[in-house]
Amino acid sequence: MELFWYIVLMFMLGVYVILDGYDFGAGIIHLFFAKTEEDKSAITKSIGPFWDANEVWLIASGGILFFAFPTLYASSFSGFYLPLIMILWLLIFRATGLELRSQVNNVMWHKIWDKAFGISSLLLALFFGLALGNVVRGVNLGIVENGVSTQEAIYFFVPLWNAEFSPFSERLGIIDWFTILLGLLAVVALTIHGANWVIFKTNSSINKKLKGIIFKLNIVLCVLVLVSVVVWGKVSENSLQNFINHPWLFVFPFIGLIGLLNLFRIKKMKKDGLGFLSSSLFLFGAFASTAAALFPVLLPSTNTVNPSLTIYNTAADAYGLSVGVYWWVIAFILVIVYLIVQFRVFKGKMDNVPYGHH
Amino acid sequence: MLNMLHFSSLYTLNLPLKKYQMDDALFYDRMQFAFTITFHYLFPQLTMGLSLIIIYFKGKFLKTQLDKYNDAAHFWMKIFAINFAMGVVTGIPMEFQFGTNWAKFSELTGGIIGQTLAMEGMFSFFLESSFLGLFLFGEKLLGHKLHFLTGFLVFLGSWASGYLIIATHSWMQYPVGYEILENGKFVLTNFSALFSNPWFLPSYLHNQAASMVTSSFVVAGIGAFYVLNKKHLEFGKLFLKTGVVFGLISSILVAVPTGDLVAKNVAKYQPVSFAAMEGLFDTEEGAEIVLIGQPNIKEKRLDNKIAVPNILSFLTYNNWNAEVKGLNEFDESLYPTNIPGLYYAYHIMVGLGTVFIGVLLIASFLLYYKKLYVKKWILWSILFLIPFPYIANITGWYTAELGRQPWLVYNLLKVSEGASPTVSAGNTLFTLLGFIGLYLLLGMLFLILVGKIIYKGPNTLKA
Repeated sequence: MELFWYIVLMFMLGVYVILDGYDFGAGIIHLFFAKTEEDKSAITKSIGPFWDANEVWLIASGGILFFAFPTLYASSFSGFYLPLIMILWLLIFRATGLELRSQVNNVMWHKIWDKAFGISSLLLALFFGLALGNVVRGVNLGIVENGVSTQEAIYFFVPLWNAEFSPFSERLGIIDWFTILLGLLAVVALTIHGANWVIFKTNSSINKKLKGIIFKLNIVLCVLVLVSVVVWGKVSENSLQNFINHPWLFVFPFIGLIGLLNLFRIKKMKKDGLGFLSSSLFLFGAFASTAAALFPVLLPSTNTVNPSLTIYNTAADAYGLSVGVYWWVIAFILVIVYLIVQFRVFKGKMDNVPYGHH
Repeated sequence: MLNMLHFSSLYTLNLPLKKYQMDDALFYDRMQFAFTITFHYLFPQLTMGLSLIIIYFKGKFLKTQLDKYNDAAHFWMKIFAINFAMGVVTGIPMEFQFGTNWAKFSELTGGIIGQTLAMEGMFSFFLESSFLGLFLFGEKLLGHKLHFLTGFLVFLGSWASGYLIIATHSWMQYPVGYEILENGKFVLTNFSALFSNPWFLPSYLHNQAASMVTSSFVVAGIGAFYVLNKKHLEFGKLFLKTGVVFGLISSILVAVPTGDLVAKNVAKYQPVSFAAMEGLFDTEEGAEIVLIGQPNIKEKRLDNKIAVPNILSFLTYNNWNAEVKGLNEFDESLYPTNIPGLYYAYHIMVGLGTVFIGVLLIASFLLYYKKLYVKKWILWSILFLIPFPYIANITGWYTAELGRQPWLVYNLLKVSEGASPTVSAGNTLFTLLGFIGLYLLLGMLFLILVGKIIYKGPNTLKA
């Protein structure tokens, strides 16, 4: 039962990364590369009907985490207190920017909310990368000092940073050079993903330029991926153990790699959706590989006193988990129906869809 | 968790309760939850009621093909869009805060309340978010009938959300279908008990009717504004009529049967909270109902009391002479944390509810005799009453939450046992201040934008 809910949770989070990932990426493209009013409006239009539903994958994943692994939810949400609340503030800013921009027809008003949308998208990509870095690196569970827990074994607290900015430091911070590395990786990967979305769903004038940008950024991304994989091996000793024990897991990094390398063909692609498919494959592969490397751990412990949090020691009781399967399956089928309706209504390029404020 | 007025503990002498210090993390955890949930709930109460009124207008249009109904729907959809966005962005922090600030509570009860909260995400949020965009902007793409359907789905999603939130709330008020393990964790033993909980259905219907009252007063009040202003007269009259009729029905439903049933539940399952709500210190046969008075906890009496004899006994037990237990009947350790706060919250809610019924009865009477649009005093009254259903809804929630104090899960888990163990007061105060600043900004933007839409008025050009 724990395994079922683990797969559900990772699947929903993975969908979130791919779906809201292109929203963040579109926001970053909007911030740095869209210069004309037409291009900006084409970009916001292309995510307009989707972003809200995309964000629900995060909220719903949070709900599933709370329900299926309440101990992990309690431990991680209180331990990562400040960055999580800041993510909330950024989500609020971004949503407000998107929803209120069109309410007033004034250049200054538009500029303010364009920037709010772009900057919060950029910071959110960075924060989610940092968050991933923190989960991969692990935390001082039970706040062990001098070999003794000062809190219950599942609780911890990580401040935003400490003076050393090192993942090997005695007192860990959210921001250290390892988590920053993953933060940058997330920003670059989602920028590429967002650019692919803009190419896929709009006829904007920057599409051609974006292909060049994707090509260049993809070189950076390859370097970042390589460095991260090597460094991860240093930060955590067992990062490859699962892959050695279960070689079939190599299918995930392989999928990611196909997506990554395929992006170099971006300029030659005949169909605009292929780039988006490639970056989706990369995100899926990278996310699944990370999860597979950690499994069954959900949050590693950096001390030897308290055990890591796994799907087994954080799960809710068996009855609750099994009764949840019934409603989850029903709800999930409904979600698929909604998605099909959405994508059928808004298929193809979005520039000229008669959709907008009356 | 809504207990904002902890200062009451200064009055309650000799209570074995922990006194709150200003540097206590728990104090700020509670302030933050109280602030964020209060601000959040200003929006969903309009969302839930207004969605029904909008699909009513849209349905009227489909039936009559009169453009004014479609224009009316469009006008309210513009306000609905901003209101809904505010509800969503202030709602996300609510789900996160169980974990960030109430980790111990989440750890211990997550197997149960996580159930209903996760269902809210899966059933309600996906439904709302998938069809909201289509509802707000997809009319030309979909045609009128499908457009009506998307409106109905958004309405369904928002009411499903309320349904699951109140199921969660009801479990905290009257825990059912659970078992407590040796390590203190609550585990679910009966899923359907969460929904057959006797606390649940009356509370849900009471809450939904109350949100209809808010929406009705907003619609009628804006109508009154247009009529008084002699602008958009046709719409002003339509809004007034619709708001008054919806308002009269819902404000009566708030009192009878739903409010009555909720109060009887409190009397039955939380008798000490019931005595505190009513301001009843001594056990009485033929208990009086207190209309006005200030509780003096130290002296255990009400100052400046105005009360009507026998009514409380009748309302609670359908018997004019039934015995109602007063606070003196109970050990002080069982008292709600903040008795004056609870008493006032309840009395403000009930007092306002009575005013609403009175005003709407008069307005309906005038509507029937075709005098509603010309009697200025009733139009001014309706206009000025717009903020008060919001206050009644919020104080209603305060009554429920303060009545449950000092418990998080009634009789089983205390609020002081539920907070996050590793989050310091300094961190929580930091985020509380951040939320206050951010929400002040959101509140101002909301008022400016909605004000602009109202001032501009409905657009009679075909969309």
